[in-house]
Amino acid sequence: MSELTRRERMRRDPVPMPERAPEQRRVDFDEVNLGYTPQMAVAEAERCLFCSHPTCVEGCPVLVDIVGFLEAIVADDFAAAADIISRDNSLPAICGRVCPQEEQCEGACVLAKKGKAIHIGHLERFVADHARAHGGAVARPKRTSGHRVAVVGSGPAGLACAADLAKAGHHVTVFEALHQLGGVLAYGIPRFRLPREVITAETERLGALGVEFRTNSVIGMSDTIEDLLTTEGFDAVFVGVGAGLPRFLDVPGEDLVGVYSANEFLTRVNLMEAYTEEADTPVLDLIGKRVAVFGGGNTAMDAIRTAIRLGAAQALVLYRRTEEEMPARLEEVAHAKAEGVEIVPLVTPVELLAADESGHLGGVRLQRMRLGEPDAGGRRRPVPIAGETFDLQIDVAIVAIGNSPNPLLAKTTPALAHTDRGTLVIDQESGMTSIPGVFAGGDIVTGGATVILAMAQGRRAAAAIDRWLHELDAEPAAPTTPPAAPEGSPV
Amino acid sequence: MAVPGCDAQGVNAILEARDLAPNVRYFRVEAPKVAAKRKPGQFVIVRVAEHGERIPLTIADADPAGGWIALIVQSVGKTTMTMNRLEAGDHLLDLAGPLGTPSHIERFGTVVVVGGGVGTAIAYPTAAAFDEAGNRVLSIIGGRSRPYIILEEELQAVSAEVYPCTDDGSYGFHGLVTDKLAEVITAEPVDRVLAIGPIPMMEAVAAVTAPNDIPTIVSLNSIMVDGTGMCGGCRVRVGGERRFTCVDGPEFDAHQVDFAQLRTRNSAYEAWEHYRRLECAEASP
Repeated sequence: MSELTRRERMRRDPVPMPERAPEQRRVDFDEVNLGYTPQMAVAEAERCLFCSHPTCVEGCPVLVDIVGFLEAIVADDFAAAADIISRDNSLPAICGRVCPQEEQCEGACVLAKKGKAIHIGHLERFVADHARAHGGAVARPKRTSGHRVAVVGSGPAGLACAADLAKAGHHVTVFEALHQLGGVLAYGIPRFRLPREVITAETERLGALGVEFRTNSVIGMSDTIEDLLTTEGFDAVFVGVGAGLPRFLDVPGEDLVGVYSANEFLTRVNLMEAYTEEADTPVLDLIGKRVAVFGGGNTAMDAIRTAIRLGAAQALVLYRRTEEEMPARLEEVAHAKAEGVEIVPLVTPVELLAADESGHLGGVRLQRMRLGEPDAGGRRRPVPIAGETFDLQIDVAIVAIGNSPNPLLAKTTPALAHTDRGTLVIDQESGMTSIPGVFAGGDIVTGGATVILAMAQGRRAAAAIDRWLHELDAEPAAPTTPPAAPEGSPV
Repeated sequence: MAVPGCDAQGVNAILEARDLAPNVRYFRVEAPKVAAKRKPGQFVIVRVAEHGERIPLTIADADPAGGWIALIVQSVGKTTMTMNRLEAGDHLLDLAGPLGTPSHIERFGTVVVVGGGVGTAIAYPTAAAFDEAGNRVLSIIGGRSRPYIILEEELQAVSAEVYPCTDDGSYGFHGLVTDKLAEVITAEPVDRVLAIGPIPMMEAVAAVTAPNDIPTIVSLNSIMVDGTGMCGGCRVRVGGERRFTCVDGPEFDAHQVDFAQLRTRNSAYEAWEHYRRLECAEASP
């Protein structure tokens, strides 16, 4: 334990994350944050007051033993810290980078009021990166159950679910629709925030645990869920297909050339590597262009910072509330601004304007907004100010206002009960869908949340699947074929 | 990315490759899962090489027992040019599917199938399904000149009549497929038209059948990335509504499609495509 007194610890300033200079990083796709050195990590962890009732842990969606792993860092035992984190979090190198810590652990830290919350995310990342660099071989489970589980989707929910199932001795096959693994981690989150090596390390670790991967497998279109449970011989299925259906603004002009969904723009750059010389997949030439993104979340920040790296001369975030209400991580907003992104608050697009007869985007008509009464979520609702519109010249627009659940699987699996919003209905206790043996988690259930919540649901489902498989062992006559569609389920 | 447990060898093997017309090649590709599930009108997404694009290719034919699908590819861009250099024994890097909503098949009565250029290959499986469902199928297939007329024999087997049309009159009807179509619909009652080919052709077919209120279906070739509804790049306006070609289509009501918008969106990367084509042509042996 630290030799510092409580007072000394409170007086110390947080250790800043070393990052590359804005002018350097805004021209490439290398990671912005460089990561703590061991000395920095120890110094930061030493500031922790080690509360007896740690509020930070309560703030964590998966209840990582934060105090425990910080103590291990202070004791210079980084391997022990990694073990402690891995008890609750199967993707720490990813969560340390992309979790909204200020709304979770760090927001709940008792030092947060003084603006000196412990940088728990940075420390989690440090521990995970250290373990990846110095870690030994992954031990395969000694006992195998003989059960086979299909995991549909290789995003955070699927990877977390696969990891726990494999550790429990089940044989897991992960099906991914795209040609690369990682789901939204691969197509959505840019490399400068989440380097691809981090995702690869995770999938390789799962491979070492015996998990098999099948890319280019669009479940529902090739094999159906029913095929997986019958002809393919799986005993259970986890559905973690995410919220991959982009929402649009529904204003005139949205089909002009130069208007992208954030999913399309980011997929072209991240998954298809349009930022490299060799890639055949193009993205519109942004050099010297005026680019605007609609939205205020992490995806909006990812898109506009990507536009800057592709040479945009002007990079605007057009947001209907104010910066204070933006759902993006504070760090992303700060990084974006340092890189030259301008935030235009209290505007909403009413029309996208053509540049000329060619059908290319040339501008946007914006409605000025003011903040009204708080909505159900507690954020003040934006209200249009009558008569106050103005036009702005832009060459490329990126719509980043969220995603709906991808309907592909539900459409081809009528027995899978879903809500009007398209999210799958699961039993809150077991995570099981309306089809026995089929479980679900992540954005396909929540409708669009965070990596950590998706991961948490994947893990909860893994535990439920494990119980379900044990029950199968106990009663060999348990039903393994899907029943008829439940009453009232949409077809 | 290294994919542990995922062995890329021996999958998507090309079993047969041959030229069908100038710049058009026929491939039989080993894809047992797709062959077993595919229905007429559906497509696959293919990636030919590392750093390559994902392109949609309509499944021209399939044999579930043999575990293969047929793809007919016209060299129009770098990816298709690269693919058309492949031979039997080569492999496609990635292949995913079947994707898209299958063709709507029922017994309509008399159905005219119009195929322009390589569009004939896309129309063929649906024409065969129309025939199987008990329709009288009349096929009108067009090309610049005789060598560009494809699948005539195959269509003969599933059609009551096949009318080849050439722009230069070197074979069959001298004129456009739409001229022949106008003739056919004046000669006898037609219950449905399926038109697949270049955008101007599909638009012209829609214009021919609209005054007679003949239900007309077209298969659109919007630019896609993922092909699973995730990116929205392939969005089209149909009856004023936004639809995704990859999941809601590719077949839509021709009289409701905003062709002008489709043309504009499909031209978004013209300069880039031109540059890549030149690069690819230079690199050719």
